[in-house]
Amino acid sequence: MRQDPLIPMLGEVTAIRTDTPDVKTFRVMGVDGEKPFVHIPGQCAMLSMPGVGEALFSITSSPTEPYLDFSIKKCGCVTSWLHAMEVGQQITIRGPYGNGFPVDTELAGRDLLFIAGGIGLAPLHSVINYCRHYRDRYGKIDIVYGSRSKDDLVDFPEIENEWCKEAGINVHLTIDNPQEGWDGHVGFVPNFVKELAFDTNKTVLMCGPPIMIKFTLAGLLELGFSREQVYTTMELRMKCALGKCGRCNIGDKYVCKDGPVFRLDQLDELPDEY
Amino acid sequence: MKRIAVENLQSLFAAVSAKKQLYIPADDSAGQAKFTLWSEGTVLTEKLNTVRSAKDLFFPQVENLVNFKVSSKKIEILENRDSSEPFVVFGVRACDCRSFDILDTVFLSDPVDTYYQSRRENGLVITLACNRPAETCFCGVFGIDASDPAGDVTCWMDKAYLYWRANTERGQELTKSLSVLEDCDESSVDAIREASKQILQKLPLNDLDLTDFRENKLLDVFNDSAWGELSESCLGCGTCTFVCPTCQCYDVQDFDNGREVRRFRCWDSCMYSDFTMMAHGTNRPTQKERFRQRFMHKLVYYPNNNNGVFGCVGCGRCLQKCPIHMNIVKVTKKLKEGMV
Repeated sequence: MRQDPLIPMLGEVTAIRTDTPDVKTFRVMGVDGEKPFVHIPGQCAMLSMPGVGEALFSITSSPTEPYLDFSIKKCGCVTSWLHAMEVGQQITIRGPYGNGFPVDTELAGRDLLFIAGGIGLAPLHSVINYCRHYRDRYGKIDIVYGSRSKDDLVDFPEIENEWCKEAGINVHLTIDNPQEGWDGHVGFVPNFVKELAFDTNKTVLMCGPPIMIKFTLAGLLELGFSREQVYTTMELRMKCALGKCGRCNIGDKYVCKDGPVFRLDQLDELPDEY
Repeated sequence: MKRIAVENLQSLFAAVSAKKQLYIPADDSAGQAKFTLWSEGTVLTEKLNTVRSAKDLFFPQVENLVNFKVSSKKIEILENRDSSEPFVVFGVRACDCRSFDILDTVFLSDPVDTYYQSRRENGLVITLACNRPAETCFCGVFGIDASDPAGDVTCWMDKAYLYWRANTERGQELTKSLSVLEDCDESSVDAIREASKQILQKLPLNDLDLTDFRENKLLDVFNDSAWGELSESCLGCGTCTFVCPTCQCYDVQDFDNGREVRRFRCWDSCMYSDFTMMAHGTNRPTQKERFRQRFMHKLVYYPNNNNGVFGCVGCGRCLQKCPIHMNIVKVTKKLKEGMV
């Protein structure tokens, strides 16, 4: 068969983990049992069920793992179908797409501050575990993660049993409202970040709902961070993920090709509505 | 240079058609000119240009990408490309010919779109110089010379003859194989070219100056207060994008016929409300954002990524077809008022 970047390869969902009431994590392997491809943390892939649709998802697992994981929130057509399927289901996959985080260049040797809200942890999860794998390449790691409730924290067991117990990693969790069985912080991420008053020598990787990013950024600037220190990811509708279908155009950039990771000073040169 | 008497045009078309599929601009039953597969009796239109551009032949409105067969948990991927045979398109105007360069930067840049690529490789372009450019024409603004267009072969026509000049190897190869063409002097077309130039110089939109769009900052143009007023009457019908030779945004959809799933792509339009619609909403909620996107892309975004080349070729179709008479000329003139 004549190949084209738009023609996907077959994959198989080999494991499904229920993380929260509306988030599941899907493990995708090639039908030959191998990892479909190697990615950079922050890159994405197109997953599709023929007849249902194709959509872009960030890859949650670290490139150092022998599989691809996708933490996906149920919120639309394709994601609802994915949430309803069972292990052993074949799907199609193509990628990896996008630039990814500059893990081996701009982030190397830096103290890192990860800030995530809700499902926004998905792309950062890949970076966090990549940095844990190559621990000596990075400085101190702080992770601020907030969600609506304790039950909405994606992959809480890994956070609790691995991230929280690792030396040199500080995890700061918060939930929006008080909840029985939660003795951690309660409140929104932007205020929590300000309360924690981080050193301004850190490089920030932030991902979450736009409203969280907006207010957290204001807080960071107040603390003395500069926009050159902050990376975030963008999300727009895509069809091709190849920089051709014209959909994810923001200013003169395409999120699928030039993003999804942008440094905030780069985003300043682009329109804030698209 | 070669020539053939106008009364023998049909024998030229028959000779080309004997070798490859031939498309020529011809009037349909509604009197609209469109690129039509030539067969005996298909007559070259007298209209200046086709309603839709020649991009259709390289980037068709709908095309199949791939098929899937889904059975319980298994999926099979099946080849389902629309076949692409070698073809010749005759009568492409200078504007449409330039639009292929623009489409090439999109579809042939890495990663290459092989569907478009195979049509470009299979398609031989014969252009036809414009004798009577219309008032809506402004290709000259983009450095296009409608009196001497590019293409594999360039043709000129007067009342007596069609003149033929091969420009590329492919064009020469075709020329050699056409015994109906007779030799003539290069200077034969000088008078036609000169007459055409005279009209081109006087076209009312010729003085459109877009240099301000290169010199002003992206965000300043984007934030211009005129966008609201300009877009106010836009119906969002998408006609401008469909007749535009350089618009290339597309959608990918699946059609499940119960036995197989056909994945196809089709033209889409940034003028449509669901173009950027996602599960959590759209980032272009009103027609103002959609309207602005289309013009920003042609006047600022595309040039920024392509050495200052604008994403417009001045064919004038949007000027003729927009139901509310809005168009890229009005937009640029209005925006220039706000520029320093």
